[in-house]
Amino acid sequence: MNAFGKLTASEFRLFLREPMLSFFGLLFPVVLVGILGSIPAFREVSPELGGLRVIDLYVPIALVLALASLGLQSTPQVLATYRERGVLRRMATTPASPVMLLGAQLVMNAVTALVAGVLAVLVGRFAFDVPFPRHLLLFLVAFLLCGAAVFALGIFVAAVAPSGKAASGIGMALFFPLMFLAGLWTPREVMPDWLQRIGELSPLGAGQAAMQAASVGHWPALLPVIALLAYIGVFTGGAVRFFRWL
Amino acid sequence: MPVIEVRNFRKEYGPTVAAADVTFSVERGEIFGILGPNGAGKSTTVEAIAGLRKPDGGTIEVLGRTPGDPDLRRLVGVQLQESALPDKMRVREALELFSAFYPNPVEWRELVRDLGLGDKLKTPFAKLSGGQKQRLSIALALVGRPEIAVLDELTTGLDPQARRDTWDLIAGIRDRGVTVLLVTHFMEEAERLCDRIAVIDHGAVVALDTPAGLVERVAVEQRIRFRPSAPLDEKLLTALPEVREVRRHGPAVEVVGTGALLQAVTSVLASNQIVAADLRLEQATLDDAFVQLTGRPTDA
Repeated sequence: MNAFGKLTASEFRLFLREPMLSFFGLLFPVVLVGILGSIPAFREVSPELGGLRVIDLYVPIALVLALASLGLQSTPQVLATYRERGVLRRMATTPASPVMLLGAQLVMNAVTALVAGVLAVLVGRFAFDVPFPRHLLLFLVAFLLCGAAVFALGIFVAAVAPSGKAASGIGMALFFPLMFLAGLWTPREVMPDWLQRIGELSPLGAGQAAMQAASVGHWPALLPVIALLAYIGVFTGGAVRFFRWL
Repeated sequence: MPVIEVRNFRKEYGPTVAAADVTFSVERGEIFGILGPNGAGKSTTVEAIAGLRKPDGGTIEVLGRTPGDPDLRRLVGVQLQESALPDKMRVREALELFSAFYPNPVEWRELVRDLGLGDKLKTPFAKLSGGQKQRLSIALALVGRPEIAVLDELTTGLDPQARRDTWDLIAGIRDRGVTVLLVTHFMEEAERLCDRIAVIDHGAVVALDTPAGLVERVAVEQRIRFRPSAPLDEKLLTALPEVREVRRHGPAVEVVGTGALLQAVTSVLASNQIVAADLRLEQATLDDAFVQLTGRPTDA
């Protein structure tokens, strides 16, 4: 195996050895779908939700949750700790640069997010009759855009945080309000109008809105997509500008 | 041709001058020591050689290239202070991973055997002792078959036995043709291992010589103590140009002086048929040289 493959495999092993990070990144989304789907009331069509069931809404939310756990909790903590402990320095003196390590982290997270997402979609479909996204391609594009925005934000946090602990704290402080805006506690559909508008422009809420639209067969609204692209641009730029390798 | 050439290297961090004017060159196949008190600019210099810091002034060439050149990452193995591995990475995984970074790695099993890590292969990094971490770090610096090994404070935190084992290992590396740049503040280490030493203080090289040359350079007095087998006329000794002072301690005589003091004294004694019993010579050490050069003891 080449250096990048080995490094990615190594990042996978290390991720799986962190029970908290791997549970929340890999398994929690499907567990959430399983728990919510087991509640009978959540499997009943609700006129409030435009003829959908609560569980139908929670599949995209679970996918956003996977991205948020990996992008906002795991990634900033891991990367900032690597810098704090001199792992990035060590890498900088080998033919495998710290950039390669960052790449391996991203590939590992992307694969984990896809696995977590596929698990949630499959359990939703076969256990609770949540139909597959009608616009599968659009759904996938929305998932990737949301992932890109969340990881750009996470790496930006790792870039500006002075330590691994600080990065993990900032990540958490972002995780809860952003997940709230994406509807983890109450679906956005039942939020007051103004909160829905704000949610639609937040990184996770915009992703959830776009995925939700694609899953019922609509084109995502323009505004959330523009918001996601803006987050990707701003935080990638900021991370490139501020990331200290040493 | 030197493999490392540092000319007038300067590095500042804000108002702090970490290296003011460092110049030295390292020849292929030698163990070159950088010795100096804490904060003298040793690590800064080494980090610049390893390509981690850009000089603010002067030039550095390593194997004819500028540090930071991707080729150098393959040709120079580096063991740095304050660099670690992820806590849960195991020894074996680290060795396999780092082997994969290089086109022609050495057999890491031999390395870990030589370094006494053979029974720690499944141990996570966080569970290793300080000395074991250090040895793993050395193994990782050598696994890529480097032409130059840069080792920063490699025996700090090791117990005396582990330190001696590590010295043997470094001597072994040199014997395989690897040039070693060694940063240390242990006098004994520098004296035992290094072919040449640059003493750095306040960001500049204050002396550069072989360990013996450094010792000779400082005109520290020598003392000879002995018991003469017959009564000794002190004037015989005080007449010698090497002798500065003669003192009596009961039956023992102490002679203080410089230069080839021992030869001068023993030949005078011999020509007067006097035997010197319990003869002891106290000579300057590298420690003395260091204190004189930097005005400070090493383990300050």
